[in-house]
Amino acid sequence: MCLAVPGQIISREGDDAVVDFHGSRVHASLMLTPDADVGGWVLVHAGFAISSLAEDEARQTWEYLKEAEIVDEIAPALAANDDAPPEGGRT
Amino acid sequence: MTAAAFDEHLDAIKEIATRLPAVQLMEVCGTHTVALFRTGIKSLLPANVRLLSGPGCPVCVTSQGYIDAACTLARRDGVTVCTYGDMVRVPGRGGSLEVQRARGARIRVVYSARDAVHLAAKSPELQVVFLAVGFETTAPATAAALLEAESLGLKNFSVLAAHKLVVPAMEVLLADGDVPIDGFICPGHVSVIIGAEAYQPVVSRYHKPCVVTGFEPAGMLAGIAAVLRQIAAGDARIENVYSVAVTPGGNRVALDVMDRVFEPAPARWRAMGELPASGLRLRPAYAAFDAWRRFDLTEGDDYDPPGCRCGEVIQGKSQPADCALFATACTPLNPIGPCMVSSEGTCAAWYKYHRPPVEV
Repeated sequence: MCLAVPGQIISREGDDAVVDFHGSRVHASLMLTPDADVGGWVLVHAGFAISSLAEDEARQTWEYLKEAEIVDEIAPALAANDDAPPEGGRT
Repeated sequence: MTAAAFDEHLDAIKEIATRLPAVQLMEVCGTHTVALFRTGIKSLLPANVRLLSGPGCPVCVTSQGYIDAACTLARRDGVTVCTYGDMVRVPGRGGSLEVQRARGARIRVVYSARDAVHLAAKSPELQVVFLAVGFETTAPATAAALLEAESLGLKNFSVLAAHKLVVPAMEVLLADGDVPIDGFICPGHVSVIIGAEAYQPVVSRYHKPCVVTGFEPAGMLAGIAAVLRQIAAGDARIENVYSVAVTPGGNRVALDVMDRVFEPAPARWRAMGELPASGLRLRPAYAAFDAWRRFDLTEGDDYDPPGCRCGEVIQGKSQPADCALFATACTPLNPIGPCMVSSEGTCAAWYKYHRPPVEV
C-alpha cells in the first residue's frame, strides 16, 4: 500500500495534474509537492505526488518496478482512477 | 545502480558477516518484504544474516475490530464504502467486505481518497465513507482529500480513520524484547514523508541502527550492508541510502497537511493491542468528517481467526511456516488471515516465493 510510482507531469490546472506512467495517464494532485511542475518527475502514491525525483532516477525506478512485475500489480489500481475532479479538473 | 553495484554490496555484506555473530534485521515495509523475496536477496545473504518482516503491511496491522466496523457500516442503507483494494478480502466475523458486496452492500475500490471525494461530489444522494488505513505515506493523502471535501462543501463525505504511525510500533517491538532485533531497514516511502530523522528515538533510546532504504535491488543491498557495518562497529546511527527521494526532515508540506487534519492518538494494532500515540485521529475541527461519529460506530474487540497466527507474524514472533494453516487451509485464493490477503503481507510473499516443495 505504501508503493509510490514515478511518473512525469504532462499538464496541470491548479493542483490537479495529469501524470504519465509510461503511457498510462492518471490524475494526481500536486498539493503535497508545490514545487513540482509540468515536465518534472514525481513519485505518486494514492493519487498524490509525494516527492520530486530526478529523471534518471525516475526512469531507473520504473525499470525496476517493471522488471519486478510490480507495475502489473498497480495497473488495475491505475485503471480504477477514472473519477476526474468535479469541476475544471480534467485537462 | 547497476549490476556491478549489486555484486559489490553483496561482497561487502559477505565480508562483514564473517565478523558478526548471527544477527537479525527487521524490515518494516510490505513493499520491502516482497521486493527482498522477488530479487532473491533473502536467499543470497550469508546464513548468519537473517531478515525478519515486521509490522509493515498496513492491512495486516489493522485490527480485526476495524474490519468488523467497516463491514457493519457497509451494510447500512444509503452508505457507499470506498476502500483501497487490499482491504476488501480481509475476513471479518460476518465475512469480508467482498462478502458484504455480494450481499448487496455498496463497496467501491478506489486508487485514491480523492476518488471517494469526487464520487461524493457527483452523487449527493450517497453517504460516501472512505476507509482511511495505512501509514504515514498514505495519511497525508487522506488529509488532503478531506481538505478538498471541505473546500467543496461536501456534507456526504466522511472517513473511518485508522491510520498508523511506524516509529511507535518499532519502539514497542524493541521494548517488548521478545524478538531480538539488531537493526532496521527503514521503509522508503514512509520516510519520504516523515524524513530520515524521524527514527531518532529508535537510535537514541534503543541503540539500534536505522537505515532508510529504497526498493531498487542494489539499493536494498546497500541498506543491508550499512546496517551490518554499524553493527560490526558497535554504532547505532540513522543512515539514508535512499537520499534521491528521502530528506532528513521529510516532506514538510505533507506533514503540515497531516498535522492540520489529524492528531496523534492511541491506536489498536492487530495482536499488539492499543499502543499510545501510535495512530491518527481527526482533530475536533474536522469532527464533521468523522465516520466513527457520524454513524455511531465503535471499534470492536481484536481477535485472530481461529488457528491464524497473523498477529505473531506481523511482529516477527512467528514465521508463516510456523502456522498450521499456512499453505494448507490458508492460501491466497482462500485467505484466512490478512497476511495472506494483502499482496504485501508476509504470508502472501512466502506463499509466492518461499513455499516448501509439496510432498507427493
